[in-house]
Amino acid sequence: MKKTFKLEELDCANCAAKMEAAIRKLDGVQSVTISFMTQRLTLEASDADFDAIVKQAAAICRKIEPDCRILV
Amino acid sequence: MNRKQKRSLYRILLSAVLLAAAVCTVHFIALPWWGELLVFLVPYLVIGAGTLKRAAVNIAHGQIFDENFLMTIATIGALCIGEYPEAVFVMLFYQVGELFENIAVGRSRKSIAGLMDIRPDYANVERNGEVEQVDPADVRIGETIVIKPGERVPLDGIVLEGASSLNTTALTGESLPRNVAQGESVISGCINLNGLLRVSVTHEYGESTVAKILELVENSAANKARTENFITRFARIYTPAVVGGAVLLAIVPPLFVGEWSVWLYRALTFLVTSCPCALVISVPLSFFGGIGGASKRGILIKGSNYLEALADSEIVVFDKTGTLTHGTFYVTAIHPNEISESELLEIAALAECYSDHPISVSLKNAYGREPDRSRVSDMTEVAGQGISVLLDGHRVSVGNDKLMDAIGAAWHACHKNGTVIHVAVDGEYAGHIVISDEVKPESAEAIHLLRKNGVRRTVMLTGDRRAVGEEVAQELGLDEVYTQLLPAGKVEKVELLLAEKSRKGKLLFVGDGINDAPVLSRADVGVAMGVLGSDAAIEAADVVLMDDDPRKIALAIQISRRTKQIVLQNIVFALGVKLLVLILVAFGLANMWAAVFADVGVSVIAILNAVRTLKTSDRKSL
Repeated sequence: MKKTFKLEELDCANCAAKMEAAIRKLDGVQSVTISFMTQRLTLEASDADFDAIVKQAAAICRKIEPDCRILV
Repeated sequence: MNRKQKRSLYRILLSAVLLAAAVCTVHFIALPWWGELLVFLVPYLVIGAGTLKRAAVNIAHGQIFDENFLMTIATIGALCIGEYPEAVFVMLFYQVGELFENIAVGRSRKSIAGLMDIRPDYANVERNGEVEQVDPADVRIGETIVIKPGERVPLDGIVLEGASSLNTTALTGESLPRNVAQGESVISGCINLNGLLRVSVTHEYGESTVAKILELVENSAANKARTENFITRFARIYTPAVVGGAVLLAIVPPLFVGEWSVWLYRALTFLVTSCPCALVISVPLSFFGGIGGASKRGILIKGSNYLEALADSEIVVFDKTGTLTHGTFYVTAIHPNEISESELLEIAALAECYSDHPISVSLKNAYGREPDRSRVSDMTEVAGQGISVLLDGHRVSVGNDKLMDAIGAAWHACHKNGTVIHVAVDGEYAGHIVISDEVKPESAEAIHLLRKNGVRRTVMLTGDRRAVGEEVAQELGLDEVYTQLLPAGKVEKVELLLAEKSRKGKLLFVGDGINDAPVLSRADVGVAMGVLGSDAAIEAADVVLMDDDPRKIALAIQISRRTKQIVLQNIVFALGVKLLVLILVAFGLANMWAAVFADVGVSVIAILNAVRTLKTSDRKSL
């Protein structure tokens, strides 16, 4: 399943790159890209764990940039 | 400015005032060291509390080496060695830079969003005899929508009623309006200029042209350019390297020369420059800007990697039909025996008036009037040969040489290339009409522009007959032409050409998206053109030209070169300034101010430079 999410308050490009690298390492993630300019997260992951992966990804984003939120 | 930015601005102003007060206080009143520290701590905390807090939170999360952390240790370090005003100044300066950076990013996000402002907000749909305003996504196929002058076409459809001109600039970059009338199709994203249109919807919003284009451009960030990946990898090494350098600078020289606090200050300054932000922001922004600027001119590029590859175009391979030629047949010559040209054309057009064959259509188009069908009767079609009718009492035969032989008319061959249609009246040969695919008027200039932009070889592949292909190639000034190719043969030829190009050079294949999907995907960059409304080509190609103009290929190459140039400028500038500051700092020739400039100042300048990619001026091109 592939889905695009909007990221709010994504203010730091380096953080976006770090988030992307961290989310890519999650189990079940097939591909992920974060576009700093369009503030969008595109996630492709296995259907079964998709919701769980989104939750983990949201946690990673909060950890790297505390203000940043994923709009689900 | 948004709320967050305004708050930041107020904090900067307040802190600046408090800092000025603190400087005056210590200037006029002698205070013990803790008194001075206290006086300066007030503005320091006003401006820096947020940064300190974020640094603490991030360290708790295991995120060290971010900007907040670096500014925190640099300024706390300055406080420790008694450089109180310096610490506040640096924090203040950093916040000002951050604010500028934030505004610059916000602006460029907005201008990119502005480029893609083709999303329709609503659709006026007719339901139960009334017109309702609804979200375009809620309209189903087959429903009727009403588009008023000045409104954006919300969904693809066919005109049921009305006529108007449509402004397609946002989609194709073409400023000439497109006229539509009853029975013709309209494409979402265009703006209705003058007439009221009633349109039957043919595609749901998710499948409409406008949704496809938006999706394509928004997802283009996913295909990263080589330079982008390089910067990401570089950033991962750069920060730890500078931090390591700072540690060495703090420990090694003072072992020999002493003066620990001086070297500590230099090391702290070193740290401030260690964020690779300027690069990490500006490189993707430049590519994205280039893609956005190109889309404004009707060139959709599916990723930064393709934008980057375009700059190295070495061989451009064209498909003939529909790419360099119109792909529709036109009457190009009329050679009557004894009657006039218009008479011959009229006879042929009338004879073919009941047929929908492309040749009949082109004859009717050339005739230009609605044929009077009452004059035609007793039609018989001879498969593979032509047609025979009774026209005003005369037996008229229109077809190829075989038909002429069959009725015994003395036909003769034509020196012109194309499909020859012979006409005989009452068994007597009356002459022939030549129909061929016409070369686009822009094609020759397109080839010329490509060569001017450094393309070494231009090649044409066609399934057409040799004589036809070679004539077109010569007319356009192409370097090479390969004719009579089947689709599989085109792939083979492209493979051969790929093997012949230099290692760095790229091969572009330009086709109309019909039957050439395998070649489009085999080439380094597949370009599909004239595809407004054709889904298959949009899927298969890497670069999509929304209109029919082959000159856009040269424009795409120019945009790509310019983007790459700006990217290079930013890389050289950002790294150059940082390196220079690092060296000056190590020798004690630059202070923390310069370091903050090398951090946020360079970011702001690089962002402003990157935004230039959005502008695709006409100066050098079309």
